[in-house]
Amino acid sequence: MRIENARRSVTALSTAAVALVLGINVASAAAGQPSPWETGMQEMVTELGQSVSSFHTYLVWLITAICLFVLALILVIIVRFNENKNPTPSRTTHNTLLEVAWTIVPVLILVAIAIPSFRLLREQLVPPQADLVVKATGYSWYWGYEYPADQGGFKFDSNMIPEDGNRKPDQPRLLGADNAMVVPVGKVVRVQVTSADVLHAFAMPSFYIKVDAVPGRLNETWFKAEKEGVYYGQCSELCGNGHPYMPIEIRVVSEQQFAAWLAEAKQRYASTDSSAPIKFATAQ
Amino acid sequence: MAHAADAAHADHHDHLPSFWRRWFYSTNHKDIGTLYMIFGFTAGIVGGLLSIGMRLELQEPGLQFFSNPQAFNVFVTGHGLIMVFFMVMPTLIGGFGNWFIPLMIGAPDMAFPRMNNISYWLTVSAFALMLCSLFVEGAPGSLGFGGGWTVYPPLSTVGHPGPALDFGIFALHLAGAASILGAINFITTILNMRAPGMTLHKMPLFAWAMLVTAFLLLLSLPVLAGAITMLLTDRNFGTTFFDPSGGGDPVLYQHLFWFFGHPEVYIMILPAFGIVSHIISTFSKKPIFGYLGMAYAMVAIGVVGFVVWAHHMYTVGLSLQTQAYFVFATMVIAVPTGVKIFSWIATMWGGSIRFTAAMQWAVGFVFLFTVGGVTGVVLANAPVDRYMHDTYYVVAHFHYVLSLGAVFVIFAGMYYWFPKITGYVMPEWIGKLHFWVAFIGSNILFFPMHFLGLSGMPRRYADYPDAFAGWNMVSSIGAYIFFAGLFIFMFGVVYAFIRKEKAADNPWGEGATTLEWTLSSPPPYHQFETLPRVIDTGH
Repeated sequence: MRIENARRSVTALSTAAVALVLGINVASAAAGQPSPWETGMQEMVTELGQSVSSFHTYLVWLITAICLFVLALILVIIVRFNENKNPTPSRTTHNTLLEVAWTIVPVLILVAIAIPSFRLLREQLVPPQADLVVKATGYSWYWGYEYPADQGGFKFDSNMIPEDGNRKPDQPRLLGADNAMVVPVGKVVRVQVTSADVLHAFAMPSFYIKVDAVPGRLNETWFKAEKEGVYYGQCSELCGNGHPYMPIEIRVVSEQQFAAWLAEAKQRYASTDSSAPIKFATAQ
Repeated sequence: MAHAADAAHADHHDHLPSFWRRWFYSTNHKDIGTLYMIFGFTAGIVGGLLSIGMRLELQEPGLQFFSNPQAFNVFVTGHGLIMVFFMVMPTLIGGFGNWFIPLMIGAPDMAFPRMNNISYWLTVSAFALMLCSLFVEGAPGSLGFGGGWTVYPPLSTVGHPGPALDFGIFALHLAGAASILGAINFITTILNMRAPGMTLHKMPLFAWAMLVTAFLLLLSLPVLAGAITMLLTDRNFGTTFFDPSGGGDPVLYQHLFWFFGHPEVYIMILPAFGIVSHIISTFSKKPIFGYLGMAYAMVAIGVVGFVVWAHHMYTVGLSLQTQAYFVFATMVIAVPTGVKIFSWIATMWGGSIRFTAAMQWAVGFVFLFTVGGVTGVVLANAPVDRYMHDTYYVVAHFHYVLSLGAVFVIFAGMYYWFPKITGYVMPEWIGKLHFWVAFIGSNILFFPMHFLGLSGMPRRYADYPDAFAGWNMVSSIGAYIFFAGLFIFMFGVVYAFIRKEKAADNPWGEGATTLEWTLSSPPPYHQFETLPRVIDTGH
């Protein structure tokens, strides 16, 4: 059994290696989840995510250039300054101009990084006015979602569908949840995040969001998904035995579908929450 | 007086004490250094085996080797704590520091030899406690502590009611006390016991590195000790420092931990910077380029290293201004680090380089540390880090700077000083073969982790979605190659002791200018009975 598995993965590995060399994308690039042999970020479906992602691409070019520059210098040294080629070493130990240059140039590079970085940081942390607020609470080991009174006024739990459970065909192993968080497309959604026990982290790679769920604190993040679809994230702060088993599934749907879902959800989750209307920090 | 006379007698005739006295009551800096190296290597094997266990599990999706993720988390935690506190620190600081700081500054021994002895044995006791912790209950119904090396509450308080973490906390207390005593010893030795004529600005760079490291230890470890003591009282005595139900805050712990934790990463890498400078200068047959810049770059890294801690905490809910400050401060560190990288390159430029085993490891370090450094600049940017935080990208980054940084330098130093320490020559091909195996293995191991992190794989996962399978398989293969390299090293050591080819006092020639090469190989049991006089160090 074990050997069989190993053989299968070796075959998969070699196929993928060939594909990688030939530049073929073996992955069925579905948005909202990782794909096999991926070498970059997941596809972003929020505008802010796309700008941070392209900022990251810019950084990758920059750091690759720096590494190649250092590598090139080392290769020149290996070729030109080995003891066979250059039997008498120079005695140079100072060059003020050079020393000033390799202090100033990195400073300039860092400034070129810092300016867009600070702008994006502000965009991430100063949220626009929210259309919808959802509160996500981390439990060991599942998520609970609450929709405030004026937008449904219900709450429900979201558990991973176990290995032997009935996953829908589009739900990947360890990522699919029984009850997804559902939000309308193109709307600003504010997510309030807290925890009921230990630390967890609410993360959704394709929205470029991640924020810790800390007991006693109400953290918040926001996103505006531009594309309908199903998106998957995973708990991103070590929380014990079930850490790999508390996925986040968000379904982004059209406004009509969302209204239909709200109506249905009010019925469905009414039993779990009867009396007290949930109180939220105001979504200005 | 009688004792003083005895000591003088021993000095003159170089009598060795009996085996028990020499290795168990040892006050000799070289013997203690050797003990630290053996200890560090042993702990490294334990930590390495834990990581092999992790890679076996991660080789394929699903759970194969561990019955549950908690057991895997215990391995993750053990690997981190052992590698940081019982492998890198004892080897670089305890091992190379003890061996070569007195030799390089022309001192007969460390300032407080007896304290040096207790530092060592406290470290061993700490390791014993750490191993005990793996075999007692942590989380209900399972053995060991599985909350990561950062020991974040509430997982480390309500999540692990068993005594495993109490053992862990005591282990860190002892290891911390050992390091603080060691730091006091190094600071006193370096400030007071330099040979006549060796001003601070003529001191070898390894001594500079150790001086800065010792100050970082002295200032940061008490904060860790305080934080874990608060954790201990939260766990056992009903305090609520980190418990919101009693007015505490789990994020307070993270601030305290990283106020220690970030200087800690420089504690691990600064001694490596010092060692690499000597190796590069020796084999390029050139004095180090920009000596003062190199020394003060380390001081700058040490100082700025204290004010950047919250870049480990961009996702805990810090305000915009706080995050902006930590982005700025963190990026500043890239400047002195860049100065060091370029000064090493400038030292080699124009040199007449002999690519010995030690030099290959050192040059490999310069490149791989650059790779790990630039991903650090990426992670410094809070808006970008939001995606990579707690993913394998971070794992890749810190293994590039530590596993391919500090560990490469440990081996560089081993191959460089092996003839001085043992008095025997190790054939060069052994170290070179080990280098290539390790270089290829570690890159196959850690480079794909960047991809895994970018595609979103979170850290500390025993089981992962099937899409991550490919790169995890590659990474595991690299781990086995890297680990296999260790056997080449062990073979080399045994082989050199069997072959017994005597090493010259200075086997590396004109480039090796520091004081240890003026002594015999191995150095006499007590050296520098007449203090050397330093005239010019060629900087």
